[in-house]
Amino acid sequence: MSVYARRRAVNAVVMAFTLAATGFGLLWLVLVLGTLLWNGTAALTPALFAQMTPPPGSTGGLLNAIFGSVVMTLIATLIGTPTGILAGTFLAEYSRGSRFGKVVRFINDILLSAPSIIVGLFVYELMVVRMGHFSAWAGAVALAIIVIPVVVRTTEDMLNLVPNALREAASALGSPKWKVIVMVSYRAAIQGMVTGVMLAIARIAGETAPLLFTALNNQFWSTNLNAPMANLPVVIFQFAMSPYADWQVLAWGGALLITITVLFLNIGARALASWSTFKQ
Amino acid sequence: MPADIALPRVAATKARAGAPGDLLFRFLTFFFALLVLLILGGVIVALVDGAVPALRRFGIAFLYTDVWNPVTEKFGALAPIFGTLVTSAIAMLVGIPVAFGVAMFISEICPIWLKRPLATMIELLAAIPSIIYGIWGLFVFAPFVQQYIQPAIIDTLGQIPGIGALFAGPPLGIGVLTAGFILAIMVLPFISSIMRDVFETVPPMLKESAYGLGATRTEVVLQVVLPYTRIGVVGGIMLGLGRALGETMAVTFVIGNAHRISSSILQPGTTISASLANEFTEAVGDLYLSSLVALGLILFVITFAVLAFAKLMLLRLQKRAGG
Repeated sequence: MSVYARRRAVNAVVMAFTLAATGFGLLWLVLVLGTLLWNGTAALTPALFAQMTPPPGSTGGLLNAIFGSVVMTLIATLIGTPTGILAGTFLAEYSRGSRFGKVVRFINDILLSAPSIIVGLFVYELMVVRMGHFSAWAGAVALAIIVIPVVVRTTEDMLNLVPNALREAASALGSPKWKVIVMVSYRAAIQGMVTGVMLAIARIAGETAPLLFTALNNQFWSTNLNAPMANLPVVIFQFAMSPYADWQVLAWGGALLITITVLFLNIGARALASWSTFKQ
Repeated sequence: MPADIALPRVAATKARAGAPGDLLFRFLTFFFALLVLLILGGVIVALVDGAVPALRRFGIAFLYTDVWNPVTEKFGALAPIFGTLVTSAIAMLVGIPVAFGVAMFISEICPIWLKRPLATMIELLAAIPSIIYGIWGLFVFAPFVQQYIQPAIIDTLGQIPGIGALFAGPPLGIGVLTAGFILAIMVLPFISSIMRDVFETVPPMLKESAYGLGATRTEVVLQVVLPYTRIGVVGGIMLGLGRALGETMAVTFVIGNAHRISSSILQPGTTISASLANEFTEAVGDLYLSSLVALGLILFVITFAVLAFAKLMLLRLQKRAGG
């Protein structure tokens, strides 16, 4: 074989490989979502949203788990968003070039990918051991700790995209720096920052590991934040691992609910980011 | 001062340094930035504090004994550490080539109009929560593996003398191989998206020069793009590895949770995170609980080292790109 033919042949093989790899990746997306829809829609009945999690062998729904998940996600977002935005603001607006800023950025990036089960252990030692019992508060704090690095990162990135000329113009008009940040930088970067918060919510909506040792689970309706609270991920875990067919069907239903929520948040966030003011 | 005229932002800040609002806001943002460090510090303190009883009792031997007996209260971390490393290794073996193929296809080969949709779809793989991979792996993938893939592996690879032991045993569906494979699917989008990002940093001039000399696309990617982005690619791989090591729910569902070290990757095993997820809330006795926290500490140290290395690699690439 001539050199040319061999190079062309190698190229063709590699091209085919990359195509196959991409197809392979997409195949799993289709397979996972397909089987999830197939098994999950069977479980989507009105009872799923109206009844509590049942004992084995009887019918029921996931109402208490859905409620618990929404409450804890909400509290986590309320704690994590302001914290993340302010920390991200410090990194973008005050810490340019400083050593402290670099360290915070580095640590934040590590927290971003750190195993979520470690966060669960941390909050267990921090809150559950001290309070003497599992609680929804502990679950919400664990989720908030996962929200913070995501929001810090996107806030900093988005503020860095705001042109300095805007800040200079505001400063030239005599506004103090905090006003420049709040009235000019934040406004310019708001879409990106909202995107970050949406992605953070999507991230915690399906988080299971940190809730196992913090919020635990609760078979009954509970609005007491100081007590264990049912939540979708842990219920799915418990029900799917059980030998009872009724429970497994409910687990599929819960899994479908979570996935739909997460995918909508993700696609929504991407759509929002794509018409954001400043492109990267 | 003339310098102030040249630097209006500096001038404005300086002139108002005494403004109470500024001071307050600066302090507020500083405090929350500090909080990020405090969280990490808190994690370290909490884990070390919780692990002390077990480490004091078993000493360094905790790292290399493989007994895990809650009844006699003898604990060693070797089996979970082994499982964590083996599942991650399988995930990397499968995930890296596929991620590279995907990144190369999206950034260098596919038509421009297809780039965004394809990239988004691959990244949606990363958005799917890990518990979904878990339930899917348990009910859909594991039975499939048990029925079709494992018998084929046992009949072919399992018969080869020497490496046959790696693929011995009955087809159970769940096990180390299945867990590693699902991990591969989960880390694929992380690795490929970083590879794609770093491929974009290659100056077009370099690639065009290579094409101008008559190089094929494969040659351009392997001999121009890859050498240029090598540290970034390594960083992306390490980031994926960090994810694989700490991944919990997907693995817990399909690994079988057996505290033993098996030479066959078709057999059940356990990982650090799966042990924690399965046993933590049911652990009775301080020593048992403390041993589990010590497992968590080991996992934290490993992932921290891997992620820090990944980050340093990516920072180096960024610095060179002038970013």
